Amino acid sequence: MLGYTITQWLFGILSFLAIMFALMVVFSRNPVNSVLYLVMTFFCIAGHYLLMNAQFLAIVHIVVYAGAIMVLFLFVIMLMDLNQDSEPQKSAWIKIVAGIAGGLLLFVLVGTLKGTEQMNLTSYGSSQIGTVKNLGKVLFSEFLFPFEIASVLLLAAMVGAIMIGKKEIK
Amino acid sequence: MINGISINYYLLLSTVLFIIGAIGVMARRNSIIIFMCIELMLNAVNLLLVSFSTLHGDASGQVFVFFIMAVAAAEVAVGLAILSMIYRNVKSIDTDLLSNLKN
Repeated sequence: MLGYTITQWLFGILSFLAIMFALMVVFSRNPVNSVLYLVMTFFCIAGHYLLMNAQFLAIVHIVVYAGAIMVLFLFVIMLMDLNQDSEPQKSAWIKIVAGIAGGLLLFVLVGTLKGTEQMNLTSYGSSQIGTVKNLGKVLFSEFLFPFEIASVLLLAAMVGAIMIGKKEIK
Repeated sequence: MINGISINYYLLLSTVLFIIGAIGVMARRNSIIIFMCIELMLNAVNLLLVSFSTLHGDASGQVFVFFIMAVAAAEVAVGLAILSMIYRNVKSIDTDLLSNLKN
């Protein structure tokens, strides 16, 4: 098909969709729509992970982000009863300044990355590094201590969220 | 499976996603949308880490992404608890109204 492989077609389509949905997250007026567009963006990024043979991360990404974090966002938005009418808008001036600042940052970064060397993703290494077996081996040997620390961090976050969310602290 | 995509395209894609998130943080006043844009920026960096991990054939990058996801989950849990407390006290999550420290 036009000289491109199926992987390149998938990369192009997924990238286009991810960028479109990300733009819609920022420019959508209704916060609930923003959350749904962000879920779609996360699915596109999970597709990119699959394209890079990182199956474990793709599944974890969908489970953690689309399954847990975005549902939390939706719950909070529903609790706060936010909708289009109560949505605060910044003045047009601030929006223009934000656009210019972001555009300048994009200009600088793309200018920096323009001269980088072309390297295909299969240049080095095997394609088996993203499997559950291989990642599990690395996680429980080389990164065992950070893994245990992460569990303490999650426990602290859970206790902190409950303490902050309580009505009054006695 | 042969992935014949150059690393440059992943660099560009991550940059664009990161900039969209940054513009969202600057241009919006709703705290929850700002939070979601921060998640978008985190994901752009995650995507770049995974692509470099695949390029070098080294699993450490993917383990790092795993830890970033855990930290992001903790951050969202605490952040949304703080936001709901702010909403309970101020009845709004407009960032321009939260200027008590300035006065």
